[in-house]
Amino acid sequence: MSIFSVSRFLAVMVKEFIQMKRDRVTFVMMIGIPIMQLVMFGFAINTDPHDLPTMIEMNDASPTSRAVLAGMEVSAYFKFVGVVTGQADGDRALRDGRANFIVVIPPDFERDILRGEAPSVLITADASDPTAVSSAVGALQGIIDVALRQTLTGPLQAVAGSPAPFGVVVHKQFNPEGETATNIVPGLLAVILSMTMVMITAVAIVRESERGTMESLIATPVRPLEVMMGKILPYVFVGYTQTIVFLIAAQALFAVPFTGSRLAFFVGFNLYIVVNLALGFLISTAARTQMQAMQISFFLLLPTILLSGFMFPFAGMPNWAQTIGTAIPATHFLRLTRKVMLKGGEMADITGDLTAIGIIMAVIVVLSLLRYRQTLD
Amino acid sequence: MTDRPAISVTGLTKRFGGRAVVDDFDMEVPAGAIYGFLGPNGSGKTTTIRMMCGLLTPDGGEGQCLGFDIRCESLKIKERVGYMTQKFSLYTDLTIRENLDFMARMYGLKNRRAVVDDTLRELGLFERGNQLAGTLSGGWKQRLALAACLQHKPQLLLLDEPTAGVDPKARRDFWDEIRRLSHKGVTVLVSTHYMDEAIQCDHITYIAYGKKLISAPATEIPARIGLVTWRVDGPDLTTLEAELMAQPGVEQVARFGAALHVSGTDKAALDKVVAAHKAKGTHHWQEKPAELEEAFIYLMATAVDNFAGDQA
Repeated sequence: MSIFSVSRFLAVMVKEFIQMKRDRVTFVMMIGIPIMQLVMFGFAINTDPHDLPTMIEMNDASPTSRAVLAGMEVSAYFKFVGVVTGQADGDRALRDGRANFIVVIPPDFERDILRGEAPSVLITADASDPTAVSSAVGALQGIIDVALRQTLTGPLQAVAGSPAPFGVVVHKQFNPEGETATNIVPGLLAVILSMTMVMITAVAIVRESERGTMESLIATPVRPLEVMMGKILPYVFVGYTQTIVFLIAAQALFAVPFTGSRLAFFVGFNLYIVVNLALGFLISTAARTQMQAMQISFFLLLPTILLSGFMFPFAGMPNWAQTIGTAIPATHFLRLTRKVMLKGGEMADITGDLTAIGIIMAVIVVLSLLRYRQTLD
Repeated sequence: MTDRPAISVTGLTKRFGGRAVVDDFDMEVPAGAIYGFLGPNGSGKTTTIRMMCGLLTPDGGEGQCLGFDIRCESLKIKERVGYMTQKFSLYTDLTIRENLDFMARMYGLKNRRAVVDDTLRELGLFERGNQLAGTLSGGWKQRLALAACLQHKPQLLLLDEPTAGVDPKARRDFWDEIRRLSHKGVTVLVSTHYMDEAIQCDHITYIAYGKKLISAPATEIPARIGLVTWRVDGPDLTTLEAELMAQPGVEQVARFGAALHVSGTDKAALDKVVAAHKAKGTHHWQEKPAELEEAFIYLMATAVDNFAGDQA
């Protein structure tokens, strides 16, 4: 009567590997999810969008007007896709989505500028998607101001020097390229690992009770720790595979740098994988069906994405949200990867994050071993 | 084998959501016996079996199984018991061989490969060892499940409706195997709905709505209930059935094929009814010894449904 039997632990683990191998769809998903998310977040999702479709209502075909438009197009935020003939036409274009912006150059625009009458260029933005247009709007005044200044040279300089009709606010000065990918990719690893590891483990264990095989399993003299370890270890290897695929793709597709200590990263991500698997195990002790396990996993995925600092700056959140965020393993792993990949972090830089993940893990493991039933009660 | 019973429990009680699914249940299974466990669906048979091998913790009562306490020594019990679940509970996405190998590992068997090979050969599945267990037919699944829980040579077999949904030939083979095992000294506790299986048990306990109704050797049960039975055949039995049910002394009319079995515990009252009907000469009446099946229909009909009582 041993406390822990290697034979039984191996039995559970070998079985789990075989089942993983037979379940083709899940297997493909495990490799497919990191690549798909990486491509989506890296390429498709951009909080600073460019080339927004824009239409013009041109009422003054002067060099100054053309300079304003040229300046807008050069900024790369706006892409001119056509002209509108009047307000009704413009409204229709906004409504049916052909344009995000309508630029109206007023009649006698150049003349009024020369007279110092401060004419207005009216820009109507489709604000139904604020994220899409806000950066462009923010950059707009600066763009037009610069364009005007470049046009009004020579004898016209006097006008340009007078108080401008637009306030100059240049938002993008310190981040001219605005590379979202560099920032988002390291954090994405935290989210992907959390999502797949938690879900796969939770489902794999609940499957036993749902298919009725749990009854046979616990009718044998197997101990909780043997089941837990035998179930979790195969998925550690899955986590390794995902991380390797992810790192290669991040490098190949986005040229995301890896400047810090590889050892520090290795230690951190191992710990992070295990904490997520343990969390999946904990979920499986609460869920009755595979569907419930999926739902709980998705429920927990939300704070992981929103409160960990992945989507929004951690420091900008209110205290209560930061408190919740601190209890999420992804928060710490995200800081760890950003430190290691982008800022050249070493082992010494990440001890705090490792400790935090370690504490969370201890709590989860104790909880799940307490909750795991050796009976069907 | 010693004289100590393989299982003895007293006052066993299990509640789910406030309802006593098993209520104050006593049972003693002698070592080496084939012990039948009968009762309608939902009567608490599975729950009782699960409590005996430590899969469920009883809310009340106590007992021992193979000399180990069912409350605190369930690991020791599990090592010595083979439990075959009602529903096929091996891994359908593992092959036959992998399943057997898995179970062999769980019990820490020596010479695992040889044990599994032997099991496969005995099953006659040696060539099909690499077939997925989920692709087997019902009868084969049942044989595989039995083989899987026999590999560690258990002293006690708990079989929960092992032959449900299995064809008659496979059921026969299964029972031959059970008797062989019993002969070798293995104690078998088997739950079933089939009377032809119940009759093969040394001893029967009948349970309904979580309560034990009777416990006796199979052959003694009809006599214990004291049921008198007449067999009637002839035309238009449906009308006759309704007619008979209305008469005093007739407690049960059950259809058996092309005949009715009319039973009651009050012999004098029943005889009067029979004599009246015989005089009409429309049907053929014949007294017969009561059998298990009538006995159980009678037990079920008279058992008080304590679940229904809860709702009232």
